[in-house]
Amino acid sequence: MSGLGRVVRAGVRRRRLTTVAVGLAVLMAVTAAVLGASLLVASAAPFDRAFAGQHGAHLTAQFDAAKLSPAQAAGTARVAGVTAAAGPFPVVLATPPDAAPLTLVGRAGPGGAVDDVALTDGRWPAGPGEIVLGADAPYTRTGGVLRFPGLPGSPAFTVVGHARSVSRTADSWVTPAALTAPTGYQMLYRFVDAGTDTRVDAARGRIAAAVPAGALTGARSWLVVRQDADRNTGIFVPFLTAFGLLALVMAVLIIGTVVTGAIGANIRRIGVLKALGCTPVQVTRAYAGQALIPATAGAGLGVVAGNALAVPVLAETNSVYGTASSGVAPGTDLLVVAGVLAVVAVAAIASAWRAGHLRTVQALAVGQRPVSRHGRAAAWIAARVPGPPQVGLGLSRPFARPARAVGLIAAVAFGAATVTFALGLAATTADVAAAKNHDLGAVLVRGGLQFLPRGQQPGTPPSPKPITGTPAQIGAAIAAQPGTRSYYARGETSVAVAGMSGTSDLYTFGGDASDAGYQMVTGRWFHGAGEAVAVSTFLRETGTRVGGTVTLQAQGRTVAVRIVGEVFDPHTDPEVLVDAATFPELTPDSYYVTPRPGTNTAAYLAGLRAAVTPYGMQVLTPEGTRSGTLLALNFLTGLLTVMLVVIAGLGVLNNVVLDTRDRTRDIGVCKALGMTPRRTTAMVLTSVLPAGLAGGLLGVPTGVALYARTAPAMGHAAGLDLPGQAVNVLHRPELAALVVAGPLIALLGAALPAGWAARTRTATALRTE
Amino acid sequence: MIELDGVCRRYGAGPPALDDVTLRLARGETLAVIGPSGSGKSTLLNLLAGLDRPDEGTVTVDGLRVDRLSEAASARYRRSRVGLVFQFFNLLDDLTVADNVALPATLAGTARAAARHRAEDLLERLGIGRLARSYPGRLSGGERQRVGVARALVNRPPLLLADEPTGALDSAAAADVCELFAELHAEGQTIVLVTHDRALAGTLATRTVGLLDGRTVTPEVAR
Ligand SMILES: Nc1ncnc2c1ncn2[C@@H]1O[C@H](COP(=O)(O)OP(=O)(O)O)[C@@H](O)[C@H]1O
Ligand SMILES: [Mg+2]
Repeated sequence: MSGLGRVVRAGVRRRRLTTVAVGLAVLMAVTAAVLGASLLVASAAPFDRAFAGQHGAHLTAQFDAAKLSPAQAAGTARVAGVTAAAGPFPVVLATPPDAAPLTLVGRAGPGGAVDDVALTDGRWPAGPGEIVLGADAPYTRTGGVLRFPGLPGSPAFTVVGHARSVSRTADSWVTPAALTAPTGYQMLYRFVDAGTDTRVDAARGRIAAAVPAGALTGARSWLVVRQDADRNTGIFVPFLTAFGLLALVMAVLIIGTVVTGAIGANIRRIGVLKALGCTPVQVTRAYAGQALIPATAGAGLGVVAGNALAVPVLAETNSVYGTASSGVAPGTDLLVVAGVLAVVAVAAIASAWRAGHLRTVQALAVGQRPVSRHGRAAAWIAARVPGPPQVGLGLSRPFARPARAVGLIAAVAFGAATVTFALGLAATTADVAAAKNHDLGAVLVRGGLQFLPRGQQPGTPPSPKPITGTPAQIGAAIAAQPGTRSYYARGETSVAVAGMSGTSDLYTFGGDASDAGYQMVTGRWFHGAGEAVAVSTFLRETGTRVGGTVTLQAQGRTVAVRIVGEVFDPHTDPEVLVDAATFPELTPDSYYVTPRPGTNTAAYLAGLRAAVTPYGMQVLTPEGTRSGTLLALNFLTGLLTVMLVVIAGLGVLNNVVLDTRDRTRDIGVCKALGMTPRRTTAMVLTSVLPAGLAGGLLGVPTGVALYARTAPAMGHAAGLDLPGQAVNVLHRPELAALVVAGPLIALLGAALPAGWAARTRTATALRTE
Repeated sequence: MIELDGVCRRYGAGPPALDDVTLRLARGETLAVIGPSGSGKSTLLNLLAGLDRPDEGTVTVDGLRVDRLSEAASARYRRSRVGLVFQFFNLLDDLTVADNVALPATLAGTARAAARHRAEDLLERLGIGRLARSYPGRLSGGERQRVGVARALVNRPPLLLADEPTGALDSAAAADVCELFAELHAEGQTIVLVTHDRALAGTLATRTVGLLDGRTVTPEVAR
């Protein structure tokens, strides 16, 4: 057996190319698998995992500072059922200029028994002039300054970092001392049992009873936050999960083809070993060992590469999911390495076993293979393909080695399918994200300030400023502003709908609304009074369809409207949208203004502000292009696609390298017979074309099919019907271009070995066994 | 026709594989190069075929400086002027015998049908016409070497280079191939034949050169 050990070691050293190919394949596979597995882990109940990781607050309560002391608030930590509490933290609601109000919480540090806030960059505020912003706030970068003119002394804060609270307990954090006049105190609780609304409500009741009447001004259950988070991320989970799975499948595929290919190239050597008296078991063991040595080295490097790549990928994933978990779990690394090495071992054992059980004469004859059916097909093609001989010889190659050709086709098909799938999903997701942010591109002129920014505690109503102008006055002021291209007015109220329990949101649109940036799932936008469009939740909850009629009760009136279309809006609260003429008495509180392209934004906003402020209106800067989720998604799609394509390309490279090595002698013969280097290159390149084309033809429809199943599933996971525009994103010319990508991937992968083949000294090539 | 002047070829450190070899060969001659294994015979042949380049000295064939040809030019040189016969045949397993023989002709630009026609003629002439549609894997050693010779001749090269053409054959097959070379010589073919088989050299060669440790010696010394 020690003799065989030497054979293995010699094999690893002498067959350097094979060894490198196996090591490289495993490196890529482990890299892909670490990333894929991390994505899968991150996509499994992202909110719940982040919530558990941060010891999220089951209840976020706010007390009125005028009605109780901080000590009284702290006393609620002893209420029955509370297992952990944090606070009291001083709270104010403060509005930076030209932006929505922010909940500012004074906290000495990010950690604690409850709501372990995660810093995504920078550090925690150390003094009164510093602030940490919510990681998704579009406002200011680290180092910037934020002023709050409404707070006593109109303090200015330097942004020293960004942080994310999964429980969404605040929009920004400062030191407690910075809030000299808090309007409230925040307490965060964890309960023994917070699994249902009933349990959380009961605990809330006990807390309310423990403080003076009316002191608890608001309390939000984690179940509400979770539902909100799940709605927001639901659509992204299938997308990232699919990528994770693709990466894992890719890993297995690469290893399978390369390892079996590497051993397949050694059949003759196996024959020699057997002729010298090795048993099949010994042969199997020897070759499994020969594959596992470079595989282990490759796996080590792959773990490093995978973890390095995972840093940016997981950072973006966290920003998509609104979570804050750190790097790759060590368990994931271990599992991936173990899994990959197991696949290597299985592939090696299976193919070595096969080779070990070939009759020895057959194995020895591989050099001068007896003619098989493939051989005949290859000869037939080589003899009949018109054009110079290198073309025929190249094209016949896949038929001479069908097993290797299948591996090549698989690698190319995989790459093509991945690109197709990724492009489709990216387009859909971008569409959804765009639909979600359909009005972010507009300048928003708001009055009243009745709305609550995300993360703000209910129960702390900001003092509404009354709108003092009529819609006509405000509209005229906006229209008169130089640089205004168009605007529409939106009114909002709750509406009771006959046959539906609870209320729905009603939006009225006046002015130049066209479709207000909404996409239609079915039907059309409303024209005039008496028509309405609605989101799918509304249709579901009222049991109506497009074409049906619903009765709306609002503003003391009952109006029957016909639903003429379903609009796409990923916010899943029931909404119904009508023309302003349907409810003329509802005063619009928001004006969405589109400036002319090329308008100087700052000057335009200043002018607009001056024009509408007298009417009690505020101007908010558009957030449009700053949608972090969309950017993160595009980045992720790009990165993952490039990675998977590179891996597919390297798979091709690996395959062609092994194939070229197998053919060293044949290529040498051709060169000795007078084939020029250029023709030799052409021959090797042509030899991958059929597989490349087959891969493209196979991969693109597979990608389309995969996409066609995943895209609607994505919608359903988020409780949405996706508009046709969002799911029919793959068009024929693009698909044709993608099919061409198959041969291109193959040619790219083959370029390097083709060059080698052309350059190798013929005399050397002829000496190879 | 062939002029080698002061040719040296070294592989890494150690003694050179060819050391200051100078040789002349006229058209129509058959030169036998004999010497023990490792004496540099194949290296010499590779230099003549333009498969390898000398470190020093010049190789001239038919007035062409073979040692200065680019890779592409040496490929063209081989397909127009040289036929190569190998010890281990080096037939392409995936092509039929006829396609193997026709390959150098198609590489040289002959139309496929014409090349096949010529290949079949040649196979017929070498007495293995019936094997045209077989695959090399099925042939005996002697038959394979006949195919190898046919392939070397298909472009009617002025120079035929053979590296131990009988080295992998039993004595009957070797005699058969030997006879074939004798016929070619009789037809005026210039041949360089590398062998360690003195009998073969004796029957075929118009001239014999010995090689020992990379130096030319008289045939008697090269044993
Ligand atoms: N590609 C090569 N690399 C290193 N050494 C070589 C190479 N080719 C030949 N040699 C060495 O050069 C010497 C002559 O080899 P060769 O010409 O093949 O001898 P022969 O054909 O007479 O047996 C030998 O010692 C051989 O080991
Ligand atoms: Mg030799």
